[in-house]
Amino acid sequence: MKILVCITNVPDTTAKISFTDSDTKFNKAGVTYICGPYDDYALSRAVELKEQSGGTVTVLNVGEADSEQVIRKCLAIGADDAIRVNCEPTDSYFVAQQIAAIASQENYDLILMGRESIDFNGGVVHGLVGEMLGIPSLSPVMKLDIDGKTARITREIEGGKEDIEATLPLVLGCQEPIAEWKIPNMRGIMTARTKPLKVVEPTGDDLTVTRKFELPAPKGAVKMIAADEVEKLVDLLKNEAKVL
Amino acid sequence: MNFHHSSRTDIFESPDFYEIDDLLTDEHKLIRQSVRDFVKKEISPIIEDACQRAVFPEHLVKKMGEMGIFGPTIPQEYGAGGLDYISYGLMMQEIERGDSGMRSTASVQGSLVMFPIYAFGSEDQRHKYLPKLASGDFLGCFGLTEPDFGSNPSGMKTNLKDMGDHFLLNGSKMWISNAPKADIAVVWAKNEQGRVKGVIAERGMEGFSTPEIHGKWSLRASCTGELVFDNVKIPKENILPNIDGLKGPLKCLDNARYGIAWGALGAAMDCYDSARRYALERIQFDKPIASFQLIQKKLAEMLTEITKAQLVCWRLGMLKNAGKASSAQISLAKRNNVEIALNIAREARQIHGGMGITGEYPIMRHMMNLESVVTYEGTQDIHLLILGKEITGIQAFV
Repeated sequence: MKILVCITNVPDTTAKISFTDSDTKFNKAGVTYICGPYDDYALSRAVELKEQSGGTVTVLNVGEADSEQVIRKCLAIGADDAIRVNCEPTDSYFVAQQIAAIASQENYDLILMGRESIDFNGGVVHGLVGEMLGIPSLSPVMKLDIDGKTARITREIEGGKEDIEATLPLVLGCQEPIAEWKIPNMRGIMTARTKPLKVVEPTGDDLTVTRKFELPAPKGAVKMIAADEVEKLVDLLKNEAKVL
Repeated sequence: MNFHHSSRTDIFESPDFYEIDDLLTDEHKLIRQSVRDFVKKEISPIIEDACQRAVFPEHLVKKMGEMGIFGPTIPQEYGAGGLDYISYGLMMQEIERGDSGMRSTASVQGSLVMFPIYAFGSEDQRHKYLPKLASGDFLGCFGLTEPDFGSNPSGMKTNLKDMGDHFLLNGSKMWISNAPKADIAVVWAKNEQGRVKGVIAERGMEGFSTPEIHGKWSLRASCTGELVFDNVKIPKENILPNIDGLKGPLKCLDNARYGIAWGALGAAMDCYDSARRYALERIQFDKPIASFQLIQKKLAEMLTEITKAQLVCWRLGMLKNAGKASSAQISLAKRNNVEIALNIAREARQIHGGMGITGEYPIMRHMMNLESVVTYEGTQDIHLLILGKEITGIQAFV
């Protein structure tokens, strides 16, 4: 089985967010980057599936050279090789185009990625890639088992779960608890040194330009209202917060 | 053995005030992050319970082996890591950030058992023991200190007698980390000519026992014991052929002390990180205690000492990589870093107020652990004398 896992290189969840260039560019200074947590789940499941039934796992990242430390981590976790499309991942359509261009050259049985990135949280790349390749896409996938050419999938839906059977090839957006995050061991880190990492140039054009980023307004102070002062609470909700 | 899992989430972040990360490779940073993730997943949740009940989390030996924490600088052909000394240091920093007892287990296995077998052992000994020690299938211990000979190992009484087809080992060793659970012991003993030799004793050899030392107030999650040898028959192939004299164990100690210099820094970082967070959260006189000058003084001094220790560790690691680190340079780092870690633990305890004495926070555990770390592998005084000899050319040990 040939598996392609698409990963994002995103700011750590505790990173402080700020912008430069008149609020048009994210300020990368001092920010630690990690593999997108949902992508990490997808990679972990891919490595497990390879361990169970053989095959290969290729990691794909659309990103600049600074992504390579995160790509090496993915190789250390158990991917066999990696491809980096050398460009800034500006928007979902552009990223999906790059993934589809790579995927159309190889017959991958599974294309896995996180349900969404944790920087822009678009959550549409898997759908776009499926459409571009003309194969089904499903998200968010919580459970995945493969039996021959059949995938057994559990998907989270509003207020419950849905069990689905589908035939490979598929594009899947993954989330917990599809697998447990894997921590690379020293042997994996050593072998990752020599695993192939191919850099290719992008195709197609960006369709969007960021005019301005804006942070949410800072949170105001919390007002505590005693339990026996319901009228005061209602008054504040009506006249100060203006939500009633 | 089941352990109670702490309800607190380990959210440790290491300080890097002088941007020392710029001196590290991406691989170093990946190694550090991986071991930190391992500690947060496997050690932090259970370590308080293990220490409170003084139980050695034996299951972690295999897990540390799988992670590649044992003997990371020994070549890969022996099942070990083949990594450099900065990598080894960062690993020890992260493990001790979790707990000094766990770092002790790793240090002993890597620096005091695997290192002498690799450096002084025969090819057969290397292939027989190193892969199993690297994987955590075997746990090892190191016997040098005796009940009456600590800082003065050359006075050791443990002895080897050549019986023709084997050696007879007699004597006892004290304060031996890992001893009660160890599968093998690298033991230093005097032969009939009074020369110190290294031998590998295996559990199950007749006359060899490892009674546990109970009642410790320090390194409570590490198992410590004695090694007792009562006419133990040691096969001739179990002697380490390529070393003669006290320089053998002292070279092992150099490696372990190097790991301790990094490890103590990890414990200091954990105390600092916890104190910084607590000072920002704890409200007194209607404001966070971090807004008081005396708290800021403590935090500023902690960060200063941690930053200096980080630079010492990094430079010493580069010297180790180049094969140039001297015993005296390692002594300076071990002594300094353990001392600053102890001081930081005590100051952090003050910042945490009453909470600092509970198991809710790691401070008291680190502080008690460090009382062992400041004593083993050369006491503060011995390291001062090593440096004193280096400076003056005059030895003042006796």
